[in-house]
Amino acid sequence: MAKVLMKGNEAVGKAAIEAGCRYFFGYPITPQSEVPEYLSSELPKVGGTFIQAESEVAAINMVYGAAAAGARVLTSSSSPGIALKQEGIGYISNAGLPAVIINMMRGGPGLGTIQPGQADYNMVVKGGANGDYHDVVLAPASVQEAVDMVMEAFDIADMYGTPVIVLADGLIGQMMEPVEFNYVRREGIPEKTWALTGKGDGEKHMIENLVIEPDDCEAWNHRNFDRYARIEANEQAWEEYKMDDAEYAFVSYGTASRVVRTAIGYLRNAGFKVGMIRPKTLWPFPQKAFDKWDAQIKKYLDVEMSMGQMVPDVAFACNDRTKVLFHGRTGGNVPTVDEIVEFGKEVMGGGK
Amino acid sequence: MAVIFEKTKALTDVKLHYCPGCAHGIVHRLLAECLEKSGEDKNAICAVPVGCAVFANKYFNFDAIQCAHGRAPATASGIKRVHPDKTVITYQGDGDLASIGTAEIVHAAARGEKITTIFINNGIYGMTGGQMAPTTLPGMKATTAKAGRDPKVNGNPLRVSEMLATLTGPAYIERVSISTPAQVTQAKKAIQKALEIQKKGLGFTFVEVVASCPTNWGLTPVKAMEFVREKMIPYYPLGVFKDITAEEGK
Repeated sequence: MAKVLMKGNEAVGKAAIEAGCRYFFGYPITPQSEVPEYLSSELPKVGGTFIQAESEVAAINMVYGAAAAGARVLTSSSSPGIALKQEGIGYISNAGLPAVIINMMRGGPGLGTIQPGQADYNMVVKGGANGDYHDVVLAPASVQEAVDMVMEAFDIADMYGTPVIVLADGLIGQMMEPVEFNYVRREGIPEKTWALTGKGDGEKHMIENLVIEPDDCEAWNHRNFDRYARIEANEQAWEEYKMDDAEYAFVSYGTASRVVRTAIGYLRNAGFKVGMIRPKTLWPFPQKAFDKWDAQIKKYLDVEMSMGQMVPDVAFACNDRTKVLFHGRTGGNVPTVDEIVEFGKEVMGGGK
Repeated sequence: MAVIFEKTKALTDVKLHYCPGCAHGIVHRLLAECLEKSGEDKNAICAVPVGCAVFANKYFNFDAIQCAHGRAPATASGIKRVHPDKTVITYQGDGDLASIGTAEIVHAAARGEKITTIFINNGIYGMTGGQMAPTTLPGMKATTAKAGRDPKVNGNPLRVSEMLATLTGPAYIERVSISTPAQVTQAKKAIQKALEIQKKGLGFTFVEVVASCPTNWGLTPVKAMEFVREKMIPYYPLGVFKDITAEEGK
């Protein structure tokens, strides 16, 4: 398919349709409102259904129903709206149902700002609902990658029976970039033999969420964690940028990583042997990347549009919190190339 | 030998966990009998609530999903939009539907979702042990209103059927009870009619059942049924609040 110039929020909507999603339930919120606007006109053209729900709470519970019914289903929102969806996401996770959720993050906390941010890392990656659970979290750094990850998210969701959250930010949602849509369905996605379809002449199906006996509930949790172990083994994804001879490594994802990439060019020109590990999956966190490179890395330079929510994961991944330094902007601000170059020189020594 | 009575096959043999005198067993059976009669048990998907009926999925012998508290109408909307040819039901109590889930039921009704909601109104939180419900009558005692509900402090009970009847989306709204055999017969007719209207795709259908909770009311089952007739029904009058099929017939 030829490349087209599209706004991120519309492109992720089209990506969902390309991946076979025919159901969207959502609620308007800046800076992602173009997702529901786009899908409200495009889904009916392909026989799909769009509902503007009365709230994010209702929307995610519609997603729960549609997922239980066996459909590929999408919702999207931005930070405060994702906070409202957490209860429902926890139920979908617990039931082991596939669903895709897009978060075009903005600055917080509370109503915060409508400008882009990455301060939902803890809520989304660590899980904002009650109980022991994980969701798969994909972190795109461009409109094209957002498109690819939305399509892949449906496959991962169906493969393992889990919600997949595409964690982008308002900048990716609002930006226009050239994109192409090349969905190729993964091999080995299981049939949804458990879906609620009416029992017909067979056995009834149940989607359960209350497991009242402690031994049963513990076993239920362990079954979920068997799933998470398979995901951790199979789905870690990251990009390595100029790592071969690197002695220092930036760790950054999404929009922040784009600025870091430019800064690395300046730092390399100044003689610094620096690269970047860019997590593409935030859960599972790409431990394998750190296992691969840690021996040659003196310091990690974590750059985020938050107050450093990813730092503990980087420290855990390299097993040395003294090796991790942080620079971030928050509240809707994006770091500049200059300030990241400055941060790099501070960490690596200004002598070069 | 001729069979004159048989338990409906739309209920399983799982032992009900409900208290003696609880209305849920009666209403489960009415719903199951209605579905079996039309063969729709094979085609039905039920969204069950948080509350005493949280295990209804184990008792119903048809597809079911356990929903988040109050969200069954949203979950059922998602199911119905994926399977418009299935009979989709929500089964909810008063805390679930009329308190935490008020937004979901009002908007499912306003959208005219082609689902059927069975609403059990017994004026109390049962599962959590007798706290005040949105439908607790003035003066009724609850563990969170020990001297009895005082409207000046605790606000006033909601009449949900009347509220929903102001909307355009619903096709059929009736309030029934199960405190006499005649009321049980009428309740079954109402559920049957709601399911038929859903099958015709005419809009949202709603049957409110004014019911008893002997355990949390602190009454015997017989006294609790008397309370339904003497106190509950005067506040929650029985009858049809909306029926677009009757309007068509005029």
